[in-house]
Amino acid sequence: MNTPFFEAQGIAKEFSGVPALSGIDLSLSTGEILGVIGENGAGKSTLIKIISGIYQPSAGRLLLDGAPVFMKTPLFAKRLGVSVVPQEFNLIGSLSVFENVFLGGELRKGVLLDKKAMREKTAALLSELGSSVSPGELVDNLSVAQKQLVEIAKAMVHESRLLILDEPTTVLTKEETAVLFTRMRSLKARGVAMIYISHKLAEVREICDRVMVMRDGEKISEDPASDMDEREMARRMVGRELTQIFPEKTVPREAPALEAAGLTSPKGVEDMTFTLHEGEILGVAGLMGSGKTALAETLMGLRQKSAGEVRIKGKEARIRRPKDAVLLNMAYLSEDRQGKGLVLGFDIPQNITLISLKNYCRGLIDKGAERKKAAEYVEAFNIKAASLDIELRRLSGGNQQKVYLSKWMDVSPEILILNEPTRGIDVNAKTEIYRFINSLARSGIACMVISSELEEIIGLCSRALVLREGRIAGEVSGEALNEESIMYLAAGLGAGKGTAQ
Amino acid sequence: MKKRFEFAKFAPLFALILLFVISSLTSPYFLNFRNITNILRQSSYTGIIGLGLTFVIIGGGIDLSVGSMVALAGGLAVMVLNAAGAGAMAIVWAVLAGLCAGALLGMVNGLIVTKGRIAPFIATLGTMSIFRSLTLYISNAGEFRSANDLYPELGSGYILGLPIPVWIFFLMAVGFHIILNNTRFGRYVCAVGANERVAEYSAIKIDLVKFLTYVLTGLSVAVSAILLSSRLNSLSSSNAGVFYELDAIAAVVIGGTSLSGGAGSVFGTVIGAVILGMINNMLNMVGVSPYLQGTVKGLVIIFAVLAQYKRKSN
Ligand SMILES: Nc1ncnc2c1ncn2[C@@H]1O[C@H](COP(=O)(O)OP(=O)(O)OP(=O)(O)O)[C@@H](O)[C@H]1O
Ligand SMILES: [Mg+2]
Repeated sequence: MNTPFFEAQGIAKEFSGVPALSGIDLSLSTGEILGVIGENGAGKSTLIKIISGIYQPSAGRLLLDGAPVFMKTPLFAKRLGVSVVPQEFNLIGSLSVFENVFLGGELRKGVLLDKKAMREKTAALLSELGSSVSPGELVDNLSVAQKQLVEIAKAMVHESRLLILDEPTTVLTKEETAVLFTRMRSLKARGVAMIYISHKLAEVREICDRVMVMRDGEKISEDPASDMDEREMARRMVGRELTQIFPEKTVPREAPALEAAGLTSPKGVEDMTFTLHEGEILGVAGLMGSGKTALAETLMGLRQKSAGEVRIKGKEARIRRPKDAVLLNMAYLSEDRQGKGLVLGFDIPQNITLISLKNYCRGLIDKGAERKKAAEYVEAFNIKAASLDIELRRLSGGNQQKVYLSKWMDVSPEILILNEPTRGIDVNAKTEIYRFINSLARSGIACMVISSELEEIIGLCSRALVLREGRIAGEVSGEALNEESIMYLAAGLGAGKGTAQ
Repeated sequence: MKKRFEFAKFAPLFALILLFVISSLTSPYFLNFRNITNILRQSSYTGIIGLGLTFVIIGGGIDLSVGSMVALAGGLAVMVLNAAGAGAMAIVWAVLAGLCAGALLGMVNGLIVTKGRIAPFIATLGTMSIFRSLTLYISNAGEFRSANDLYPELGSGYILGLPIPVWIFFLMAVGFHIILNNTRFGRYVCAVGANERVAEYSAIKIDLVKFLTYVLTGLSVAVSAILLSSRLNSLSSSNAGVFYELDAIAAVVIGGTSLSGGAGSVFGTVIGAVILGMINNMLNMVGVSPYLQGTVKGLVIIFAVLAQYKRKSN
């Protein structure tokens, strides 16, 4: 490797006296990809926020081409060639895709904007990333996975020397990730250095040259990626050996909890028929835009159905609004925790009890009971937070996800629909969450797990629906519940080896 | 962080104390008990409106119609008062009529905003004009004059040394504070204002919550209108409540409630209203031209919002 062009030396960061980072050193040479891994709240995002000028370090310095630089603002960092795909989206919903992609770096023809060129470039870049979204579409209308690709395009549209990707693949499936990696490799070949943060350790191993492990704000180790397998990575992150990730599978009961017959919604659901049993963990897999979210939202009354019927415990259910679904003891964890899940300005108890607030009211809200319950969840899910009163926006991404999960747990649902439940969650906490879902199913709760991670579906579920273009392409269970047959169905290459619907 | 947060929360209170000290140094009459109670009384009319408005603004809305609503609801109350004859019972009827009118007008705003899906700014700009014009029409652009001898007692009376409107203002503030911080409705208002999508996904009836904030404002306006008309024993259809929306919104904003919604404080609004009242009082006492008082008020509002913005960005 040639000499590093970018260095960080002794970076530390405190938030009102609480240290989040201490003594972090790192260096990057051109064309190098550094993986950064660590548990939720280890300080990964804080580190990249310092490198990209969002936060200022409490101590330490950054060097570019051997000279110290002071990253005043994100804009300044961007001018120096540092681009970021942030963990949480930073897109403006009321603007179109291309306006977002070029925001702050608009192309001009004289004094006027060159919209045509911007549209064309956006379209080209997006199609290279495997997205068919039209550049003129409003960002508000995009799915979470589509937004993720727009966010990636936004970071890639201008030439950069250092590209930072903070958990870019949490909602992407393997295929979409593979396309991203192809693109990353070609950038690498052009000499762009990258920092790649992910909880998907196999990806880190695949794309990174070196892997830096962080724990509690400190750097634990840095090694060539080829020297570590996933197990070793996980061990270093957590500080101990991880036991088996997935618990033993549950056996569904006979009684149906939810039956959908010919379910159709103008927005992405075509004639879906399936049954979810009590105590079952039913997986839902499919590529981007296959209708996973549309199915969940139609069931929950967030999208209106145009045909078909839904039966809950054998009785026909009329669900027009989320409230109707909640009254039927249904719960839905969306994949968009910041856009649809959490009130970022509320503290932990306020977020957790937002839906179940009635249970804490005797006329007035019993704040003591609220806090007590929240403390239980913090304990159960190992939520890392300075205090219960901390605003949600100050928690790390993974810890926000845990609060979101707690929020739905608190309504004691009978039917639980989880959309990317472990989005942004570290390996250790994932195990906890899988155990938890498993124990819910054992107690008779019907769970539907929508996921872009096939391992999750295969490891956790007893049966899975595979969606394709808004339809159920097939159903797999038992022996047939494997990656190959799911992929086959998802890609439309026939019925696979599963039992066709 | 804890310390900075506390400071931000109490910033309006510090401003009030500072203003109090400055005022007492500038004018020897300022600290007169009579003067203080007068300031409080003057603040209570727009302050009471501000209490309701705090909910609308936290919920992500705005209500520009409150000034016109003062005239209409107050006018109707006086009409009922006169129709109900003499005696204390007539006052009860008038108060009830005023409250009903306020609630009804609030419902109109709430319906236009939630069912009509019209931006609150535009919707209430429209009703601001409508309510005023109806008032002028009903009274033929004249005055609503009360014929009841007891009626002025309500607005001019004192209990334990404090004017009745001030008591009502403070008691309502305590009640509204509890509603905001300790009831489901209050929590929902904050959630809706902070992120409507999240509220929707959390099975909150967004439209109902917003609607109720406008009704609450209508009720507050009615209370203010009754107190005002009783104090003057009459209400001018063209002048009553003019620019009250400005003062009420200013009180809310100075009190630290963000105009973008999601969070706010009822006691902050009380402080904001008193700050405005104190500024008026001081300017009068030092003999600043009344024409310039608007400038000072405007500067204070801009400064308060600026301070809020600065606070948010760090
Ligand atoms: N603005 C802030 N104010 C206070 N504390 C903060 C702030 N930002 C981050 N922290 C704290 O710093 C720690 C590190 O957070 P960070 O977001 O860097 O974690 P992370 O490694 O990216 O985790 P994840 O995998 O969950 O995304 C956390 O404990 C978090 O609560
Ligand atoms: Mg992070």
